[in-house]
Amino acid sequence: MHELSITQSIVDAVCERAAGRPVRTVSVRVGMLTAVVPDSMRFCFDLTTAGTVAEGAALEIEQPPGTARCRACSKDFTLADLVLLCPCGSADVEITSGQELQIISMRVG
Amino acid sequence: MCGTCGCSGGSEGGTGTRIAVPHTHPHDGDHVHDHTGPHQPVAIRGTADGGETVTLEQRVLAKNEDLAARNRSWLAEQGIVAVNMMSSPGAGKTTLLERTIRDFAGQRPVAVIEGDQETMLDADRIKRAGSTVVQVNTGAGCHLDAEMMRDALTTLAPVSGSLVLVENVGNLVCPALFDLGERSRVVIISVTEGTDKPLKYPYMFAAADLVIINKIDLLPYVDFDVTRCEEYARSVNPGLRSLTVSATTGEGMRDWYDWVAGQY
Repeated sequence: MHELSITQSIVDAVCERAAGRPVRTVSVRVGMLTAVVPDSMRFCFDLTTAGTVAEGAALEIEQPPGTARCRACSKDFTLADLVLLCPCGSADVEITSGQELQIISMRVG
Repeated sequence: MCGTCGCSGGSEGGTGTRIAVPHTHPHDGDHVHDHTGPHQPVAIRGTADGGETVTLEQRVLAKNEDLAARNRSWLAEQGIVAVNMMSSPGAGKTTLLERTIRDFAGQRPVAVIEGDQETMLDADRIKRAGSTVVQVNTGAGCHLDAEMMRDALTTLAPVSGSLVLVENVGNLVCPALFDLGERSRVVIISVTEGTDKPLKYPYMFAAADLVIINKIDLLPYVDFDVTRCEEYARSVNPGLRSLTVSATTGEGMRDWYDWVAGQY
């Protein structure tokens, strides 16, 4: 359950920046290629915000899909998982999206 | 004992140093939870209507990554190589460490950070093998993080030039996400596990610098395809190196020691 530590990090950062003001919404970006399960994160968010200024806040999760660029054929393609294989057959690919794990913004007041 | 997570401040006996990790979780307990890290209020432009969007655009694990970077530079200054050893429970991490410690005796100082949810059992084994060791009990936690690593290094005080082997909590998922500040990451898989493990747990294999296939003395008795397992691992991490060893018989251990020497 690494989602608990990860969500705790989000709540810590948000509460610190809120400076005592109530937090209404928290927006995060969790790429499809991270080993983070959004549903688990929501569950942990309710737990970790209890008793803080973010208690009752809504959690919005943006999920960028996995994408990659092939170094052999220069094409961009979608990655459904971490198996790095271009449709052209090359395994020499660079992940260009899907590994984000960021706090985007929050709504306070 | 904490009624929610089951963590305990008590001791299970045994010898050596143990760190019970301060952890945070939201419940009213009968024990103190340490909250570390800065909590300075940050100025936010106030609005009369009481609502405001604050842009953060920051990495979720920024604090862990910053601490890991500090660990990494401290280790580099001391000429210490730290290796993060990760596997599922029972892959043979502790046996591999015991043999490594015995074989390195008199050649290179070795210090060990043992991560387990509970008990001093592994630390006792490592100590008997002849290494200094600190046990980190993560309690409800499923992985080590950079703060635990920093505290463990402070307690351990490894000498300059030594090899610090970090035995992470047995788990092929969570430890992959948390940088400790280590020089390199090793994932250990044993032949009694499935050949397809790299595909089932791709994040761990994608984050590794080396995969060690252990218990090869048991290959005649199990249905495990070494070549295919290596192919699966490289499908998620094309540059991944692999070694085959038996920590029990010693077969292949020379290659592991050569790899360690190459980290300096």
